[in-house]
This record gives sequence, structure tokens and C-alpha cells, in this order.
Amino acid sequence: MVATTTSKAIRSVSGITVRLAGDSGDGMQLLGTQLTNTSALAGNDVATFPDFPAEIRAPRGTRAGVSGFQVQFSSEEIFTPGDTLDALVVMNPAAMVTNLTDLRKGGILIANEDGFNDKEFKLAKVEANPLDASVIEETYRLIKVPMTQLTRTAVSEFGLGVKIADRCKNFFAMGLVYWLFGRSLDPTLRFIQEKFGKKEEVAAANEAALRAGWAYGETTEAFGESYQVEAAELEPGTYRNIMGNQALAWGLITASKLSDKDLFYGTYPITPASDILHELTKYKNFGVRTFQAEDEIAAVCSTIGAAFGGSMAVTASSGPGIALKAEAMGLGMILELPLIVINVQRGGPSTGLPTKTEQSDLLQAMFGRNGESPIPVLAPCSPGDCFDIAIEAWRLATQCMAPVMILSDGYIANGSEPWQIADVNSLPPIQVDHPEAGDQPETFLPYSRDEFLARPWAIPGTPGLMHRVGGLEKEDGTGNVSYDPANHQLMTETRQAKVAKIAERIPAQDIFGEQSGDVLLVSWGGTYGACHTAVKRCQENGHQVSHMHLRYLNPMPANVGEVMRRFKKVMVAELNQGQLRMLLRSDYLVDCEGINKVQGKPFTVSELTESIESALQT
Amino acid sequence: MNLPVLKASDFASDQDVRWCPGCGDYSILAQMKKILPDLGFPREKTVFISGIGCSSRFPYYMNTYGMHSIHGRAPAFATGLKSTRPELMVWVITGDGDSLSIGGNHFIHVLRRNLDVNIVLFNNRIYGLTKGQYSPTSVEGQVTKSTPMGSIDHPLQPLSVALAAEATFVARSIDAHVKHLGETLKRAAAHKGTSLVEVYQNCNVFNDGAMAYAQEKKQRADNVIELVHGKPLVFANGTKGIRLVGTHLEVVNTDEVPADDLLIHDEAEPNPSIQMMLARMSYPDMPEPIGVLRAVEGIPTYDEQINQQVDTAKELKGEGDLNQLFNAGDTWQVS
Repeated sequence: MVATTTSKAIRSVSGITVRLAGDSGDGMQLLGTQLTNTSALAGNDVATFPDFPAEIRAPRGTRAGVSGFQVQFSSEEIFTPGDTLDALVVMNPAAMVTNLTDLRKGGILIANEDGFNDKEFKLAKVEANPLDASVIEETYRLIKVPMTQLTRTAVSEFGLGVKIADRCKNFFAMGLVYWLFGRSLDPTLRFIQEKFGKKEEVAAANEAALRAGWAYGETTEAFGESYQVEAAELEPGTYRNIMGNQALAWGLITASKLSDKDLFYGTYPITPASDILHELTKYKNFGVRTFQAEDEIAAVCSTIGAAFGGSMAVTASSGPGIALKAEAMGLGMILELPLIVINVQRGGPSTGLPTKTEQSDLLQAMFGRNGESPIPVLAPCSPGDCFDIAIEAWRLATQCMAPVMILSDGYIANGSEPWQIADVNSLPPIQVDHPEAGDQPETFLPYSRDEFLARPWAIPGTPGLMHRVGGLEKEDGTGNVSYDPANHQLMTETRQAKVAKIAERIPAQDIFGEQSGDVLLVSWGGTYGACHTAVKRCQENGHQVSHMHLRYLNPMPANVGEVMRRFKKVMVAELNQGQLRMLLRSDYLVDCEGINKVQGKPFTVSELTESIESALQT
Repeated sequence: MNLPVLKASDFASDQDVRWCPGCGDYSILAQMKKILPDLGFPREKTVFISGIGCSSRFPYYMNTYGMHSIHGRAPAFATGLKSTRPELMVWVITGDGDSLSIGGNHFIHVLRRNLDVNIVLFNNRIYGLTKGQYSPTSVEGQVTKSTPMGSIDHPLQPLSVALAAEATFVARSIDAHVKHLGETLKRAAAHKGTSLVEVYQNCNVFNDGAMAYAQEKKQRADNVIELVHGKPLVFANGTKGIRLVGTHLEVVNTDEVPADDLLIHDEAEPNPSIQMMLARMSYPDMPEPIGVLRAVEGIPTYDEQINQQVDTAKELKGEGDLNQLFNAGDTWQVS
């Protein structure tokens, strides 16, 4: 490999937060993903936050079309992609004006000078060149690089058209960023070969652009030194970088293998859940069958059909799609068939903010069906945790014969982090039994109960156990249609008790910090990283603050009420208007204060820290 | 292997049938129970899936596996089941409201996918279970509880919809024409791919006699054509026939035209144009066809293909290995 060792000074820092921002067509997501992987391979802890518009190709050069990718890499354990930026790379004026507020004072601003011209100013609706404002030079370390020109020169020998040549400029930017943060070019060079290897001249041009970017950093006088972030001290093991939706998909496949079942995935494309489909459909050789249905309703119904047949059945969507699935989920619940329903939440209501994150579907998950229809609800706390939650969801679904809802969100779905690769052989199997005629009473009772109040999962093809299921209320035991008043009460209570009993067999809720104190911060789902870091910061500031993060939302662990009562004040941080807070108050009669945000963005650590610390003053 | 010989009564569940006395559904249930033993297929491998409506109570009365699902969605449940358990024989029981109003989307998509299931569409041209509102097959001007001044909707023709959705098997029969009904159901069961059988079913409470022209024996001969593959289209005891003129069909007196002029029915023709013309013939202008309009064999089924892809992937890549998957690509060690 060509030497990529700098001869300039190197400054060692504990962590860097960088954001890459450009037009949606500029390849910023690719750049960000590569920087993340390379940093993870260097042993850093990493956390990412891709942020892109819902439009596939929003009008070029406009503010609406800006696509960004933020990554924090660190020599310490981190849980968020960072609040403020140490470095910001902008490819055009629109990217600069929409992102600059997050760059810290004294931070590095790298601008593609060639993207700053009259045409672009007009598109970005700026009066004059924002780079020329004196405040910029005074506040930040501005480095202007004519990336387009330099890239064209670097790739000129490959005889590509200007359009294609210009597309290489994200690799030039990448090379420069890699130089600045002492990253190895090797993983990206490998990636270029894999991705573009078949088009030789494109691969060669991208490689040349990458190297030219690196060389520019090494030679330009604008940079006196580069930065180095040492490897983080993570738990020993083999790691890889993983995204939330990918981890969910892998967790589902793993659960199918652990239960010796083929996986049937019925779904309808919707942002930000579609990547689960794209991932799963690659693994047909694991016995995965994916079905892209005609609509959300057909998607969930197909999974209920597959579950009736004895498969591991899963559907996924986001809020609007989950709303459409509600009636069928109620059927799955009363049929008492095991099923996983994934909601990768996004900003709502209605179509809302498809590419932005929010946690506003908790009450929908809890109550969004007609009638008394409780179902277990789980929420992963990070991209890697999606793997474990998928397995846990299937374990619970089969144990109590019920649809289980997983509440992920856009933030962890698209975010990534190092994942300690699961040791498949050490994962406990998921025991699933289908009765045979021989082990049942002479008259088969499809709605008889075991110790978990689950009914037998008898599947078509089994002689002697023919039975009919349906959405009309069933008679206890026989499952025959029944309008008997007392029976309806009994069945309603039984279905409720079945879900409630899960609390007896899930781990007691643990907390981070002291077991009692002034403030307990409660959170759930994808806000874990920011909440954990904020509580840590409060603790470092000498405050008696602890953190309780819920992964089980229905039922909650048995000790949740008792934990909350040990604190003077309970605060609930969530990206909605107070949905978990409502549940906690009504279930436990404990008063809670809300920290609520609905801006389509995750919490920053500093805003949480401020909220907690100001509450401590009152 | 000696399979037990089953009788119609073996397919009856222990539940009391609760349709209105005189309902056409009884006849369809009876014919289903009668033909199933002839198919020689194990009861435990037979599944009935229905939506919502009077007809959709059907699975409760069959001693097989069954699911009474939600309104309009039966084809979607069937798709999940049949895709994962292709060895099962799956029947979808639906009505005109269930399949053409609330379930219209699923109805066309199951047909175009050619999932190997049999759909029996009970068409009574009315909403029965909700007590008498007009349905998507109710005739224009029909006065019902929800259309006191007459319906202003143009009705759908289930068979035309099915043909437009690329269905590979399309047929029609009549509740009161029991022998024909039984034979048609058998043909549907034998077809590989989605079979659609529309059954004219009398709702004697809310739409009595709406299709009497076809149901009553006396009127049937003049108003109904029984399609027979390879045979000319004749009705009215052979006195009348159908001739193709340009792009439309017309009724002729058989003694006034040469026999060669009559249209010969070809259910196996892949081009559905003439079958579509047959589907659009409607009383009182034309006789209405019953029997198999279309039966195109050899088209791959959805369930067959989804499973083939799994087999192919296993052949090409080998049985999936989780450890291999997790450790592929960029990984690093922390010690």
C-alpha cells in the first residue's frame, strides 16, 4: 500500500465530532459511512447520525436538498454522535448556512470553494458569499479548498466526462478528512474495488481522488498539523460496525435459527423501515421469505397467515403504516398467534417527517387497537441493541402466543455503532412446540392454557387437531364463537393477565448511578445514549442523579414503581409530548416532570444536562 | 397407502350453521362438503380462510383448519399461509362486499400473483350481514336501505375484474344449480394457480330473486349459457347461439346461421379478449355465461416461486451460516 504517514505534526485528542454536509447528490452519506467504518476499524468507539431529506433528489443546491452525516469517534466509550462539531465539511453554500450553527467556536470549517459561486448563492438564497463574512474567519478555522478543480485534475488521465469526474469529489473530500484525522485509506480503497471494480476507470478515478485529497492535506500550508484519536477501551472481543435496521434484521434471522423456524417477513416499503426488507431479502439461503405486499394491511395479514401455518412471522413499518395495521394486530392478538410487529418511528402525525426521528408512537403501540387489546412492547436502546431486542421479542411472542411490538426509531435505525459480534453458539435456543393429536385430550382445546397462559400452537397439517380461529370472541377452551357475557370478561382478563405475567420473567429494572437520590432520569428507546451521557455529566458535576432506561415498556419490570419512589424527583425525557410520563403517572401514581422535544432531532447531551441541573435548583 | 375414505359428513364441524333459512349459502356449503371427499385430499391439510360477511362464517362449519379473519383481507392471510406452507390446499371464502369493496386491493393482487389458492366469491349483490345496504355488484337504480332513491354506482363485474387482474382461472356458477356448482368447484380445486369462482347466491332476506333469471330453472335456459371448452356457445335449449361480429358478440337463432358461425369457447386461450367479452355479457340484453371462462395452465404460482428462490439461494450460497454472516467484511479485535 502507498504510504499514508504524515510528515507533519500530530496532535492527540480524545475524540472528534465531524459533520459532512453537501447536496443530496454529493455522496455525503457514503463519505460518512466510510469514515465511520474506518474509525471503527481503527478501534475508536463511534456513533453516527445521518440526516437527509425525504426527497430523493431535492432541488439541487437548495437548503431543502442538504444531506448531512455526523460521526463522533473517540478513544473513550461514547453513546451519542456528539452535540457540537469540531469540524464541518461543506460542499456548497446551502450546506454551510444550514449547518454552521452546530460548529463550535474555533472549529474547523472546510469548504469546497468551487461550490461557492453566484449560481449556488441564488439556489441557497444567500445574498453574498458566506465564506467572505469576516465573522467566519474570526470565529472558525476556515479552510477553502477548490475541490472540484483539484478532483478534475486528479482524475483527468482516466478520460471520464466532466459529470462523472465531478462525482469523484466526495472521495477527494474523504481523502482530505482522512489525512486530517490520521485515518487509514485502506478500508476505503478496498470498498472502491468492491463497489466499482467492474468499471475500472471509475474505480481508478475514485482512488485517485481519494489519494489526491490526502496529498492535499499533507502539502497545503493551510493545515499545520493533523489529529489522532487512539483506540477506545472496549470490552475484549471481535467487533464490527452495525446499523440499527441491519441489527434488527440479523436479530430476526438469528431468532429464526434459534427457534428452528423459517422467517416470513411481510411488509410494505416505508421510510425508515424499508432497509430491514432490503437486508432480509439478501438472506434467502437462511430460509428467509420476504413478501412485499400490496399495502400495509396485506403485509400484516400475510404474517398472521404465516404464523397460523407455524412460521416465524414478522412485519415492520413506521407510524402511518402501523395505524393501517391496527385492526389486523387486534386479530393477531385475539387469535393468540406469535408475531413480531416492528415500528421504526418517525416524526408524526400523519405523513409527518419521514426521515426524522421521534418517539411519538408509544401510546399507539400500547392502545392503538379497538377493544381491550394489550400486547407486549419492547424498545431497543441503540443500534446494536436492536439485535438483542429482536431475539427477545420472538422469545416472548412464542412464550405467550401474542403479537409483540418493537419500537425502534429513525435515529437508531440509521445510526451505527461498534457491535461486539454475537457468539451464536452461546445464545440460548428458543423452545417452540407444536402439539400433536397424541399429546392432547380427545377433544382438542385450542384455547386451553399453559403456565404462561399461552394456548397451544397447533398448525395446519396436524391430523386430529383441526380447529377454526377467528376474530369473534371465543369460548374459553374450545375457541368456538361465544357471546356469553361472563366468557367475554374471562377471555379479556386472561389475555390481559397473559401479557402482565411477562413481568414475572423479565429482569428487574436496573439503574445507572445511586439507588436513590435527587433526580431519576427515565428514558426509553433511542434516547438512551444522550440520556446516559447527560446523567454521567451531572454525576461528574457532583449531583445525585441516576438513570433508568426502559427496554420493556409493556409490561414494565415489576420494580419500576418502587425504583421511582426512591428519588425526590422523577424526570422523563422523550421525543414526544409526554407519552411515557403519562403511563408512569397512571400506572404508579408517581409524579414525573417531562423533558420533551419534537423537532425531528435527537436530544443533545447539553440540553438534557441543562434541564436536569435546572430542575435540581428548584 | 390406504387413505380413509371420507364422506361429506366428515367435513362438517360440530357448530350449528346459522345462516337464514333459505339462504343460498347452504347450497354452497353442501356442495363443498360433497366435492372435498372426491378430491382425496387430507382434511388436516385443508384450510378455509374467510373475511367478514355472511359468507365468511363458512370456515366455522368445516371440519378442517380455518380462519375467520378481518374484512376484505382473506387473500392476504392466504398469501402468508400458502407461501410458507405450499403443501396445504387453501380456500378463500368471500363475498361481493368483502372482495370487491373493502378488499378490492387484495383481490386483484392475489389474482395477478397467481397464488395457488381457490377463491369462492358468494355474489348476492347486497350487504347481508349489515342488513341490506347496496354492494359493489348491486345494479344501478337498486333501492336499498342506504339507497332509498336508487343506487347511482355502476356495478363491478367480478369476472371482468378478475380477467383484468391477469387471473389464470375464472369461472361462475349458481347456488341453485348444484351439480354445475359442484363440478365448477372441482375444476377450481384442480387448477394450479389462483382460481376464482363467482357463485350467484340468493339473499332471500335482503335481495330475494335478484338473480332469479339465472337461478330459477324455468328461466335459466333462456338467460344462461353453460360454457363448455371446445364447444359452440348455445343456449335456450339449442335454439340460440352467440356469434362474434367484429369486436362484439351477438345473439343469433341457430336455425338462421351456419353452425360454423357460432363462437367456439376456448377457456385455454391466453389472450383474455374474448373471455372478457363473455364476462361482460349481462342480463337482460345477453345471456350470462356460467362455467369456466378461463383456465390457463402452466403459469408459475407465487408460492412455488417464493420457495424456489429460497432453494436456489441455498444451492448457490449454501445453507446460511450466522457466524459467517456476522464476521464477513470489516471486523476488528479488541483484546
